[in-house]
Amino acid sequence: MSGSGLFVIGATHHRAPLAVREKLSLSAEGAAALKAEFAAISGLREFAVLNTCNRVEFYGVADNAEAAALVSAAFCARQRFDAAEFAKIRLDLRNRDVVRHLLEVSSGLDSQMLGETEIFGQVKEAYAAAQAHGSTGPVLNRVFQKGFQAAKHVRTNTAITEGQVSVANVAVELAQTIFGGLSDTRILLLGAGEIGEKTAKAFQSRGAAALTVASRRFERAMELATALGASAMPFEQREARLAEYDIVVCATSAPEIVVSISATLAAMQQRPARPLFFIDQALPRDVDPAVASIENVFLYNLDDLAKIAEENRVAREAEINKCRVIVTEKAEALWRQVAAQVEGSAAPARPQQKPA
Amino acid sequence: MLAALTDRTWLWLAAGFYLAGFGLGTFMLVKRGRPASGATYILIALGYALQLAGLSARGRIVGGCPLGNQFEIYQFTAWSAITLYLVVGVTFRKSLLGYFTSSLAATLTLASLAIPHWDGGQRARIFGNNPWIELHAALAVFSYGVFALLALTSVMFILRIHSLKSKQLGGWFSFLPSIRDLDHIGVRLLGAGATVLAVSLAVGSVYWLKDLSSVNVTKLLVTVAIWLAYVVTFGLRLRGRLLSSRFAWTCLALFAAALLSLGPVDRSRHTAVPKEEKRTP
Repeated sequence: MSGSGLFVIGATHHRAPLAVREKLSLSAEGAAALKAEFAAISGLREFAVLNTCNRVEFYGVADNAEAAALVSAAFCARQRFDAAEFAKIRLDLRNRDVVRHLLEVSSGLDSQMLGETEIFGQVKEAYAAAQAHGSTGPVLNRVFQKGFQAAKHVRTNTAITEGQVSVANVAVELAQTIFGGLSDTRILLLGAGEIGEKTAKAFQSRGAAALTVASRRFERAMELATALGASAMPFEQREARLAEYDIVVCATSAPEIVVSISATLAAMQQRPARPLFFIDQALPRDVDPAVASIENVFLYNLDDLAKIAEENRVAREAEINKCRVIVTEKAEALWRQVAAQVEGSAAPARPQQKPA
Repeated sequence: MLAALTDRTWLWLAAGFYLAGFGLGTFMLVKRGRPASGATYILIALGYALQLAGLSARGRIVGGCPLGNQFEIYQFTAWSAITLYLVVGVTFRKSLLGYFTSSLAATLTLASLAIPHWDGGQRARIFGNNPWIELHAALAVFSYGVFALLALTSVMFILRIHSLKSKQLGGWFSFLPSIRDLDHIGVRLLGAGATVLAVSLAVGSVYWLKDLSSVNVTKLLVTVAIWLAYVVTFGLRLRGRLLSSRFAWTCLALFAAALLSLGPVDRSRHTAVPKEEKRTP
């Protein structure tokens, strides 16, 4: 395989386990220093660095075969990572495969969580940073910009991004099907453990502002409330103040029911027109299952959420082939547009002919 | 060439576009699991324009608002519902509202076109030369259009509640608007429909009070009963006494009753023609 032309070198979640990715992950300072080193590599005409928790990738356009190897070596040296070990897990693609890979990454097809959309923003940020650094040129500009269009096309014309695949995000999506926007909903988090915290953060990331934390250990509730920018409430008041909330996220380790049907009925009498949504992520369950029979009350437990997440994941996987067909077509078309520029850059400089 | 088209031809074409919207929506839902929102909106808008042309042609022929028989009332009701959809549908662009609206419009328009006696025989001239009665009738039928859209949002509400309670959220259920959005729009449509019908009755009452003998008692009783039923429903909803699914089912039942009442009202009009109509040659 030729080392010149368009290339991508890096490590991703496919071949590099988390422990390795931790070692390879670039800090902001590290990335800046590495870019400076790349800029000094002879024959490396263009480059961009994509650095996320699941991948570190270096896209480049080189005039010679050595440039890509130097990029790899500079990275290993900076991260103090054994080059031979890196070679075992390394992603190393050239030319049209690079274009295809970038399209797959941008459209979420290469993500650990298939179809996730966060990666699209991360690729855009990486490109913007490279542009600001002045390290992109005609080839990478075209490949990234057209790649973004292709990724949007994939997302719009397939169901690859539809339906959430994490339990916390499924809970948020369910809340949106009940309340629409979440900005004016009031959320009560029962339990201050990791699961509840993750769900609360997912709600906050979608615009939920009014969050209250209640835990059997009030100091822990205060601690989490402070961390989340929320308020805390004594656990004993949870049922008496139930009517104040629209969404109740339950994630305690209490061995008994912490929200009873009588308390829910009383709350609904005070707010009959507003739906009440329980997300019971606790084991054993926190909410009396009978509350599901009350009008305008919706109850989803851990199994329900996990089932929806799994169904969504299966639905996304069913879309993969359709996505790959689109990506292949778009990548091939894009490669035809840039191939001449890439190959032109890779060709050795011709000696000037002397006039006869 | 277009000028040569009859009113019914325009209306058949309009019905065809509504049916195409429904057919495309069904195809997209079955094949791709998502509604064809943009295309449906365009098909409905084209159908709306054609229906407007058809109703205008009919209006020119009859010399007034075309509300003289059951065929025209169904057509005008569908047209009114579409008018509202084209306004609120933008907000629910990605939802199934367009699909449901196209199916309702196709049903109302095709049914009215396919049943000959709804548009056959002697057509009652209900307005004479009185523009106020024309306004009264137009507002009344427009309010039925509002109630038609309310019935659609009620169906969507019931489906949304069912999907959440039964935990079946995939497929085309995912294109239903949120419960709160549907509830809000339902309350607004009910308030708007009841108000428009109230204005219609108020306008009509001015005329009736001048000449009580011209009142079609069956029509008056039925219309007032429907209006009262909607007003009571609105009051109960605002007071929190009729909520969620029960509110939606009530709105659906009321619209069914309103539609079913059109037949008897139309028949009673032919047997009790107002004085002004008798004067009409």
